[in-house]
Amino acid sequence: MNFVARFMRSPEGVIGAVVLIGLVLVALAAPLLFPRDPLAIVGQPMLEPFADWALPLGTDRLGRNVLAELVHGARASLLVGIAAALAAMAIGASVGTIAGFAGGFVDEALMRVVDAFQTVPGFLLALAFVSVIGASMPIVVLAIALGAWTGPARLARAEVLSIRERDYVDWARVIGMHPLEIAFREILPNALPPVLALSAVIVAGAILTEAALSFLGLGDPNIVTWGSMIAEGRAVLRSAPFLSIVPGIALVVTVLGVYLFGEGLAEALSRRRVRS
Amino acid sequence: MQRAGRLIVRRLIGSIPVLLIVLVGTFFLLELASGDAVDAYLVSTGGGDAALVEALRTNWGLDQSPITRLGLYLWNVIHLNFGYSVLLNRPILAVVLERLPNTLLLMGSAVALSFGIGSLLGIVAGSKPGSARDKLLSVGSLALYAVPSFWLGLVLVVVFSVQLRWLPLAGIETLASGKVGLDRAGDILRHLVLPVGALALLYLALYLRLMRAGMVEVWRQDFVLAARAKGLSRRRIVWRHVARNALLPLITMLGLQSATMLGGSVVIESVFSIPGLGRLAQEAVSGRDTPLLMGIIVISAVLVILTNLIVDLAYAALDPRVGATEAQA
Amino acid sequence: MSALVNISNLGVTFRDGPRRVAALSDVNLTIEAGERLGIIGESGSGKSTLALALTGLLPASAEVSGRIDWADGQPILGRDIGMVFQDPSSSLDPVMSIGEQVAEGAVAHLGLSWGAAKERARDLLAQVKLPDPDGLLRAFPHQLSGGQRQRVAIAAAMAAGPRVLIADEATSALDTIVQAEVVSLLDGLVKQQGITLIFITHDIALASQLADRIAVFRHAQLVEVGTARQVVTQPREAYTAALLGAHLDLGTPPLIGVAP
Repeated sequence: MNFVARFMRSPEGVIGAVVLIGLVLVALAAPLLFPRDPLAIVGQPMLEPFADWALPLGTDRLGRNVLAELVHGARASLLVGIAAALAAMAIGASVGTIAGFAGGFVDEALMRVVDAFQTVPGFLLALAFVSVIGASMPIVVLAIALGAWTGPARLARAEVLSIRERDYVDWARVIGMHPLEIAFREILPNALPPVLALSAVIVAGAILTEAALSFLGLGDPNIVTWGSMIAEGRAVLRSAPFLSIVPGIALVVTVLGVYLFGEGLAEALSRRRVRS
Repeated sequence: MQRAGRLIVRRLIGSIPVLLIVLVGTFFLLELASGDAVDAYLVSTGGGDAALVEALRTNWGLDQSPITRLGLYLWNVIHLNFGYSVLLNRPILAVVLERLPNTLLLMGSAVALSFGIGSLLGIVAGSKPGSARDKLLSVGSLALYAVPSFWLGLVLVVVFSVQLRWLPLAGIETLASGKVGLDRAGDILRHLVLPVGALALLYLALYLRLMRAGMVEVWRQDFVLAARAKGLSRRRIVWRHVARNALLPLITMLGLQSATMLGGSVVIESVFSIPGLGRLAQEAVSGRDTPLLMGIIVISAVLVILTNLIVDLAYAALDPRVGATEAQA
Repeated sequence: MSALVNISNLGVTFRDGPRRVAALSDVNLTIEAGERLGIIGESGSGKSTLALALTGLLPASAEVSGRIDWADGQPILGRDIGMVFQDPSSSLDPVMSIGEQVAEGAVAHLGLSWGAAKERARDLLAQVKLPDPDGLLRAFPHQLSGGQRQRVAIAAAMAAGPRVLIADEATSALDTIVQAEVVSLLDGLVKQQGITLIFITHDIALASQLADRIAVFRHAQLVEVGTARQVVTQPREAYTAALLGAHLDLGTPPLIGVAP
């Protein structure tokens, strides 16, 4: 039975995959569905949802189309979430591989750096990083990754420590491969699967961190995000709570989709392990 | 007791290099910030001539090389001198210490609530893996775990403060109420319900899931089969054998999560306007007071180290194996 | 001797994906009260499944057919049957004191207070020949050696004074010398207290030293049963003979089957 078939046997995974595919399609189609800048003013402000079928979810405080903002927000959330998770896993896997492979002082020093990053609240660090350097999409991605790479680093290091004693690594040493080449061409690819199993949790965490950052006004000001929409709606929380509630629901659905997908992934991976 | 003493000493020594790395990191972030303390000072005082700028730079050691400045920074921090907040016009340490109790109150309540209820529900779910109540709790906790705490806070405000008017909108206590003693404590408690709830629900879901997963793992162990072979009641097996063992990794998680939770309280304090460390961080960001922000980060790191120390002591008290293996090694 | 339990046409199947796999099929066996019965077979032969079926500890996925008839009615696990498992490093709760682990069976079945149960535990620890039983009550499993742990597990299994003791590969995780000590301890205990011993092992030499009768299992079936002497000297089945062939000289320690 191949991996996809195993994945399909987990109902959680299938629901998660459906949700995520739907979101990705919406995000990709955003420029087609709403070609105008989602931050443009299209009508009378604070229009109730379902009042005007041209603007099904109504308008916000400035008269912007909530549905268009929501659809474009999906782009930002998914993009930042996935990019930050990829960056975190790339940094973490590299550092973990080097630490585990080098051992000795290098390992000790790198692990103290990991400790330091785990000691500083990741969200505070992201906050400081963005506020010092300035809010733009790449900086936000990097800031989130800075708070999320330690988990993959520890995991990769543990894997590398167990892999580096195996025969094919000795063999690579015998045929005279450069240590760095052994680390990144022989060891890292084998240490990666357990790190990837962590990916769902990291993506979900990154999406939530991005939302919190832009909720506090530290996102890229030129991009609509769900977090900034929630913050925007907060000013009129008494009169129009839906402006904050609707993007929040989008966030919950997205993060839940990622978690469910991750559960399916983990289940499919563990079934393989049981069989092998 | 001797075991605890050794543990404390070892952990404190081990945290020195970690703290040093944090300090160097914050120093570099300070260096990256556009403008130095003098610029910030001049903005707040309305400017000054070139001679004053020069004098201030020399006076604060800002004309030295980066290495010297790093040394100066470390020297100052070791002497608990975190510098001066231009934004609030007060020493950073004093400001932070003033805000700290509110954050500790918020976080302490949220930790106690989420850990207590989360692990209890985890035991309920994990006492019979695969049962209907287990499935219900697992799905429920997964959904809850996907909810951003700041948004949950807003929803709670809409429901309980705006619609039902049961609980106050924001703040840590009613301003200038003149309440003292129990009255004041009750007032603070009412203010804490929503922020603590918003912060705790997410972690409740986390601890529930961890406890359940741990219990499922422990059920497979031989000693549980042995306990069943002794003919013990299900209740005793669940509580004294399965839950007792599954609790240990949860305690470790409590320490690992302390930094994350402190970060989460930044947003919650902003949502509920609670004058704590997190709210202070946000004020520092919007006021462009980088030294204040760095001071908050360093003191948070110290807080996290101390929390982990307490967690380690709790773990050592609960697991007889701690210390024994190290003595053999 | 009177019969303790009659096993007739016993079958147990487990689910493995879509298939059902037989762990035991059509087993007929009578266990006499007070005897020492050795059950031997390779791993996967069904011998451990028999122990679980006798004690009702089979997992929920197992399907049971046939009958198990106890002469004195259905025994209560822990009170009437005690069990000792293979690996004492995993069959003892790592975070519970030895005293509590031995005493909890006595509290559950004898209606003793914890104080009285701890006293009984101390006596039991002395009976299994562990040094300093008083200090041991407060010790934890990680502080003991493998052999000591298995003695603790035996004491815990005896806590409520059972009539039957099932030892499931109870010595195979131990090294040879400790193994001999634990076997002689079990032998002494059951003789002294008139307990029925069901001794499950893959080691035919060990079984022949300890047991009155031996039952041989292979591929989920009972292939041969008889007195230890008869099975060892005149095996009726080629398989038993082959098992014996692996231990030509029963005086030497077994070479195969010692590793876990």
